[in-house]
Parts: sequence; structure tokens; C-alpha cells
Amino acid sequence: MNERSEQVAVYDGNTLAGPLSEVFAVELTTAEARCRGCGTSSQVATFRVYGPDPGLVGRCPHCEDVVLRLVRTPDSVWLDLSGVSVLRIPMPADSAP
Amino acid sequence: MARAAVSGGLKARRAWRPARLVERWPETATASTLVLDVPGWPGHQAGQHVDVRLTADDGYQAARSYSLAAPADGERIEITVQEVPDGEVSSYLAEDAASGDAVEVRGPVGGWFVWRPEVSGPVLLVAGGSGVVPLMAMIRARDGISRAPFRLIYSMRTPQDRIFDRELRRRANENSGLEVSFIYTRTASEDETRPVGRITADDLVSHGWAAELKPTVYVCGPTGFVESVSDLLVGLGHNPGRIKTERFGPSGP
Repeated sequence: MNERSEQVAVYDGNTLAGPLSEVFAVELTTAEARCRGCGTSSQVATFRVYGPDPGLVGRCPHCEDVVLRLVRTPDSVWLDLSGVSVLRIPMPADSAP
Repeated sequence: MARAAVSGGLKARRAWRPARLVERWPETATASTLVLDVPGWPGHQAGQHVDVRLTADDGYQAARSYSLAAPADGERIEITVQEVPDGEVSSYLAEDAASGDAVEVRGPVGGWFVWRPEVSGPVLLVAGGSGVVPLMAMIRARDGISRAPFRLIYSMRTPQDRIFDRELRRRANENSGLEVSFIYTRTASEDETRPVGRITADDLVSHGWAAELKPTVYVCGPTGFVESVSDLLVGLGHNPGRIKTERFGPSGP
């Protein structure tokens, strides 16, 4: 995998799976996120992602607004989801804990 | 806090696990396959990733995500790493890593760019450069388990860049429902009739599946490749909802 960000997004939301797994108990890359900017829903896996250092920045694949920022510091995970208005997480009824 | 995480449980999936490199071999001049022994590995699906973390003597850490290249063999997993200029993790893994070296891994991760053997129906795999790695995991996972017909279109710069070359040709010759086509963008072998150049709609028509057959399509490669192939497929009538993509960098195949 490439490790440098250029003008184009080097990664997509698939690369968020590991970092998000530190925070969420469910697989979040298959969730649908509604962009606060344009209102389009897209799977987290399809975000345009820039990074990985100093942090991961996810942009909406439709309008390119920033929808997610994730930074890992030695003692914390900083997660900014202010660009997402709704998350729909696929979950069968019988998978309740 | 629980004393021990159940294998395959949530805690196990999220934790960094100690792993050891047991084998490494070159696939091309710049790509290598690494076999890692990961105690407690819970198994994975074709297309999933693993995050690999390296720690330097001074405590500096760097982590990157790599596609798993094959089904798990017990607690052994395979990744195939394409060396990236100035890539601190990929250079170490593709060039310097030696048997016995310790790394940490987290995973498996990812649930979107995966192929499940229980899903029948034709599958089209379109690879740009080292984007072939997760698609190879799907081809290997299919072996003996699924009869879903697979077609792989694999684009790269020159024949020397072919990863998994012998295995792909062997599998294609087995006549077991896998067809493989190679596309060269810079230099082709002498017996190649297609002129060199980037993948076109004609290539996808000649070597892929008609949209009416409703194939599931997996496209993996650099960003420009993935976007161009997705646009071509949609232009040919493929439902965008059946096209799954994974992009990993700006350099073209």
C-alpha cells in the first residue's frame, strides 16, 4: 500500500476498519453514513481517505466534504464525526449482546 | 476486565497481537509475500485486511493496513507487500524483514470488500498492480469450496510486475471456472496481441461478464485505476451497488 498523500485520496474507508475497531464493537466500514454537507448516504468503506499521518481524514465520495477525522495519540483516540449526520449500522435483530 | 479474550471475540479482534515472521519469498523485484505466525488468529474472510505495527528500538511506532493474500492456515497468515518509495513500513516488510522478526498485528478487519463463498453467481475481479492481492485471496478461498465462475482482469506495467504469476496461470489452466486475462500498460510480452495501454471498456467487455449476468465486481488498485474502471463498468450497465472497490495509492499500474 502506498503511504504518501498526494492531491488525490490515497486510501478509502476500507483502511479505517482497524483504527475504528479500537473504538466500536461492530464493523463500522459496512455502515452507511449520511453526509451533513450534501445529505448523500454512502458506506464508510467508500469514503475518500487521506493519511495516515498525523491522522486519517475521511471525505464524502460525493461532495468531498470532510466527514470523519481520526487521530491516534499514545493515550487517546480522537474521533471527529461532525460531518456525519446519521449512521445506519447493519445489525440483524438476533445479534443483540 | 476479562481474564482472557475468547478466540475470535471482539476483544481478540481489536487487540494488537504479537506475531512472528516465519517465511518470506519474492513475488516480483519489488513485492514479497510474508507468512506470519499469529497465536490466537481467529480466521478471516477473503478480502479482509490486517493492520501491521512495527516498533523501533526508540519506541517509535508505525502501523499500516495490508490485505490478507490467502485463507488462514491455522494461525499462519499471508500478506503480500508491494514496496513503496519512502514507505517506511513497506520497505522493511518487503526488503529487510527476516524470519523470526517480531511484529504486531490487529485483525482481521474490514467487512465490505469481502467475498463470501456462500454467495453464488459470477464474479469479476479487476486488479491494478498490487491490487491483485485481496483478489488472489478470493481466488484461493474459492478453491474447492465454490463453483461460482470467476474472471480476473489484471492490469500492470510490464510482465515482470506479475504477482502470483505461476499460480495464476496454473489455476487458469485447471479449467475449474477461473479465467485470467493480463493487461499491460507499458511493455507487453512478444506474443501479446493487445497493444499496451490502460484498461478500456473493450477489455472489460472481452474479458469480463455482461452486465445482464449481474456479476459481483471487485476492483482494487490505485485510486485513478479504481475510479476509471468503476466509471467504465457503470457505463457498460453494471449496477454501482454490485461494484465494490478498494483503493490504495496514487501510483498507476
